[in-house]
Amino acid sequence: MLLSVENVTKTFGQNNAVDSATFTVERPAMIGIIGRSGAGKSTFLRMMNRLTDATSGVLKFDGRDILQLKGAAKRAWQSDCAMIFQQFNLVPRMDVVSNVLHGTLNKRSTVATMFNLFPQSDIHMAIEILDRLGIAEQAPKRAEALSGGQQQRVAIARALMQDPKIILADEPIASLDPMNAQVVMDALRRIHEEDGRMVIANLHTLDTARRYCDRVIGMRDGRIVFDGTPDQLTTGAARDIYGADASFSEAATSTSIDALEGVPA
Amino acid sequence: MAQLRQRQLYSGVTLLVFVLVMVSGFNLAADRNGGSFWGGLKNFFDYPSEVVGEAAEKAAELPAHFKTFFPALVETINIAGVSTLIGALLAIMLSLLSTRGLARWPRMIFFFRRVMDIMRAIPEIVIALILIFVLGGGPVPAMIAIAFHTTGALGKLFSEVNENADLKPVDGLSSVGANWTQRMMLGVVPQVAPNWLSYALLRFEINIRASAILGFVGAGGLGYELKNAISWGQGKFDEAGAIFLLLFLTIVVVDQVSSHFRNKLTHGSAGGH
Repeated sequence: MLLSVENVTKTFGQNNAVDSATFTVERPAMIGIIGRSGAGKSTFLRMMNRLTDATSGVLKFDGRDILQLKGAAKRAWQSDCAMIFQQFNLVPRMDVVSNVLHGTLNKRSTVATMFNLFPQSDIHMAIEILDRLGIAEQAPKRAEALSGGQQQRVAIARALMQDPKIILADEPIASLDPMNAQVVMDALRRIHEEDGRMVIANLHTLDTARRYCDRVIGMRDGRIVFDGTPDQLTTGAARDIYGADASFSEAATSTSIDALEGVPA
Repeated sequence: MAQLRQRQLYSGVTLLVFVLVMVSGFNLAADRNGGSFWGGLKNFFDYPSEVVGEAAEKAAELPAHFKTFFPALVETINIAGVSTLIGALLAIMLSLLSTRGLARWPRMIFFFRRVMDIMRAIPEIVIALILIFVLGGGPVPAMIAIAFHTTGALGKLFSEVNENADLKPVDGLSSVGANWTQRMMLGVVPQVAPNWLSYALLRFEINIRASAILGFVGAGGLGYELKNAISWGQGKFDEAGAIFLLLFLTIVVVDQVSSHFRNKLTHGSAGGH
């Protein structure tokens, strides 16, 4: 068994941001987590990466409870469990290659990285990864000079540079236009298929979850209320997840260009 | 109407009390004074006119004096430079440790802030006097004294800069498993370095003045030479004039150069973000 989540809970004051989340993943898959804002999706991913401490519960990966890790062991886990953010979280004033090389920080000595001294082989690898994502020609530019879609691909390159077992993506396309959203989601799907890495992505649109994921988990008010294949995610199930009434229309929230064809003008 | 009159009365009484305190305080100070204040006032310009007169008389010797005192000027600037550098490095560490959201040990923020308060509160000259007793005269006590004060002063300013740093890059670096030093050096420093440098340059200007003054208490450099030359009755006022000019010109030059660079640092990069 690869990943098992048992009763993971996060409490902020009186509120349960994540309430006894439980599920297991047997083999690498592309998993989408959906739910409205405040449902606990981001908190869950942040707990998995250990950016946020869980209140209680067990989260086992290959038999090891990663919620108990501390210090260097915790940082080693973070290096195995890459994270992609809605706002990219790159260092804006640094160039793209340096930002990608940051993916190796955990494996290199502090002094060397402080002075931006990375091995030649790492630099070649970083450029190869950028090439794979189609943005190699942006390598010498400052990260802040890139468009949103390009910055998100730099963030994915940084994640790949970590050579992680899991890639977590927290609303990776929420601040991108539909074209760039598709490029980024295609990249994530390709990484899953070609490298066999597990990808867990928080998504805010149903059609993205349906189109790209092998499995969809729905969260509502901190609880997991849906767990199944994209086919099982009917409009009725979606209404439950979002707590919406019959007026709920998927096309209205879609960011896919194709979906527009279904909307009466 | 009655209210207005009452308020006017209060203002009048306050003014009266203020004037009385001023007058009585002044008289008390004049009584305690060694000489006579009013008597001394008439001679106020005697000393400066003698200094300027004597210096003007021997104006031809000024270039030679510039040459003589140049090494002392270099010593003064050196003290300022080294102490600014050491002070700034310590200030960087203390400021990062005492900024909310960045601190390595969040519970220690209060402690590190108080440490900086204390370092800032003690004037350089007090530390220098003590160190000169302990270590003897020379540039090293002055350097330590100024660096100590600089650490406290810059640490406070730096931590205010740090508070405005964007935490998203720091979060991003945490997520790859970077340790605290890496997060600070690679996530925070690129954002705040221009502002840090700007404050450090300003501090360098201040430290040149401080290092000149510390010469008076025996810490070497231009201040020490000035103290020797400026005493009355030695006929060395031409030297004093040369030292004054040297110090004045240096401060003007450093001031202009650093304000040019500070402008570039704070405004030149503002468009980038």
